[in-house]
Amino acid sequence: MSSAAAPPIRTRIDRARLPPRELLGAALQGLRTRKLRAALSALGIAIGIGAMVAVVGVSSSSQAQLLAEIDSLGTNLLTVTPGQTFTGNNEVLPAASVPMIGGMGNVLRDAAIYQLSNAVVLRTPFVPAQQTGGIGVDAAGQNLPEVVGTSMSSGHFLGPVSDRYPEAVLGAQAASVLQITQVGGHVMVYLGSRWFTVVGIMKSALLDTSLDSTVFISLPVAERMFGAAPNPSEIYVRANQNDVTPVSNLLAPTADPQNSSGVDVSRPSDALEARAAAKGQFTTLLLGLGAVALLVGAIGIANIMVISVLERRSEIGLRRALGAKRSHISAQFLAESALLAALGAVVGLGLGAGATEVYSVARNEPFVVPLYALIAAPSAGLLIGTLAGLYPAGKAARLSPTEALRV
Amino acid sequence: MTETGVAMALDEVAKEYPGGVFALRGVSVEIPGGDQVAVVGPSGSGKTTMLTILGTLERPSSGQVHVAGCDVVQASDGELAGLRAHEIGFVFQSFHLQESTSAVDNVANGMLYTGARGSVRREAARAALDRVGLGHRLDHRPTQLSGGERQRVAIARALAKRPTIILADEPTGNLDSKSGGDIITLLHELASDGATLVLITHDAAIAGSFGRQIRMRDGEIVGDERS
Repeated sequence: MSSAAAPPIRTRIDRARLPPRELLGAALQGLRTRKLRAALSALGIAIGIGAMVAVVGVSSSSQAQLLAEIDSLGTNLLTVTPGQTFTGNNEVLPAASVPMIGGMGNVLRDAAIYQLSNAVVLRTPFVPAQQTGGIGVDAAGQNLPEVVGTSMSSGHFLGPVSDRYPEAVLGAQAASVLQITQVGGHVMVYLGSRWFTVVGIMKSALLDTSLDSTVFISLPVAERMFGAAPNPSEIYVRANQNDVTPVSNLLAPTADPQNSSGVDVSRPSDALEARAAAKGQFTTLLLGLGAVALLVGAIGIANIMVISVLERRSEIGLRRALGAKRSHISAQFLAESALLAALGAVVGLGLGAGATEVYSVARNEPFVVPLYALIAAPSAGLLIGTLAGLYPAGKAARLSPTEALRV
Repeated sequence: MTETGVAMALDEVAKEYPGGVFALRGVSVEIPGGDQVAVVGPSGSGKTTMLTILGTLERPSSGQVHVAGCDVVQASDGELAGLRAHEIGFVFQSFHLQESTSAVDNVANGMLYTGARGSVRREAARAALDRVGLGHRLDHRPTQLSGGERQRVAIARALAKRPTIILADEPTGNLDSKSGGDIITLLHELASDGATLVLITHDAAIAGSFGRQIRMRDGEIVGDERS
């Protein structure tokens, strides 16, 4: 046989290659030609990711709200209370603890309250004395609202006049139990065995809500009328923001130098911060629902890809004839599946962020979607899509090219 | 094998399909580089199976196959894919064009697995479409083209990468005789600059236009004539 017209015979054959960019192009084209189907199968992933992003976003938003409240109340409030003795009896803070603490360096302000265990407050003397509605009576220093970080919803707090005349101020909860919403017009409460004029109602004190169910009178009046001992039941201290810890360490020995172990010191904002942290913990049930939606979405994608492989047998055969390796075919189907899911995840991210926005506007809370969600959502989509595409991609690669071309 | 300038060679090749059906029974044939060969025979004679084995889409059950200097029986999937990507151009009866893609992109996609960049592939695709006389229909979709024009796109796709081997399986089977004749003329022309052309047909007139005709029946070569 003649070899005169033969083309140059190659001793080494070039490899078949599919650069990543071309692979991406082929995968995108595969999706573009079946838009509706792609959109529907990505929807499952979008709903799953959307639900999860919304759960994370909503809890982050309300957490941010609480943290903002804590910030505005300040984290430099400390409280000093008498502890319990070894045998379980209550300790007593010395009367001198108040001026001692007031004289400490780095203490900005302080206010003390004195519990009056023998006084009850009633709307009228006709109410049986046992029905106190859980309202306690405390004597309090004049700067209490300022120190605990609250203000008056009506009227004013105890002032110099209150030291001489029977005047009372109601905590927010106490006012609502006594059904007093406003002061003025000689609103009185029956306290102990006489009438007190209500001069003010406080707003809720978030840092110490026990103050809300208390009625306050001045210490001199309490001493005169109820024989109150000048031993404080609680001292509120605002420390210099940068010195909260050293002040906190010094409070107990300052309050009672002889028995500092009988003094409890705590920081109320700690409890609020713990609550905020708890809010940040995602609602597990909702996250679980999102995960179920994701799983269903992944199965949907796997299903659609399996069908796609059957339908596109002739395309697969053609690609093999054009020089695709088995791995090129599987890579294309994997890429399509991963892209589909990633697309759904990005849409889901938008849905979740939108839901969070609606929630935060309705609740008047700050809008927060954690930064990691922006990365985690598409990554999760890619991963889910890749996993869902494994089986169909393998099936496509194993297809015999001649059988595929016969379709 | 390579020194003799043989583009494709089958040596005692048999192909058995599951169920004991033999599509090929001990076929031996050598096709020199640059040859233009028509394979004729009734349906079921094994000619398509021979073409898919020559095109390295299938391996034989027994026997030796060499294509463009490559031992097909020993070669890996990747090596055979490389051979198809660079050396072999297929033309099918049913065109196998992507309906949603323009003519130029269909042709450019034919070079996808050569690893060439998109711009390079589209440039080659425009040139190839020009050669098959479709330079004015680059952006038409297959659905907007006639049958003959579709087959020209498919031929351009096979040729854009300048393969040394062109394998055509009944390329005129879906065309009227006028466009069919034009396609055959085009294939002869395009192959005349050195490529080896193997074409399957059951049309005696088409086979007559080839310098060499291989006749097949029941999986065996029953005639091999040069005219």
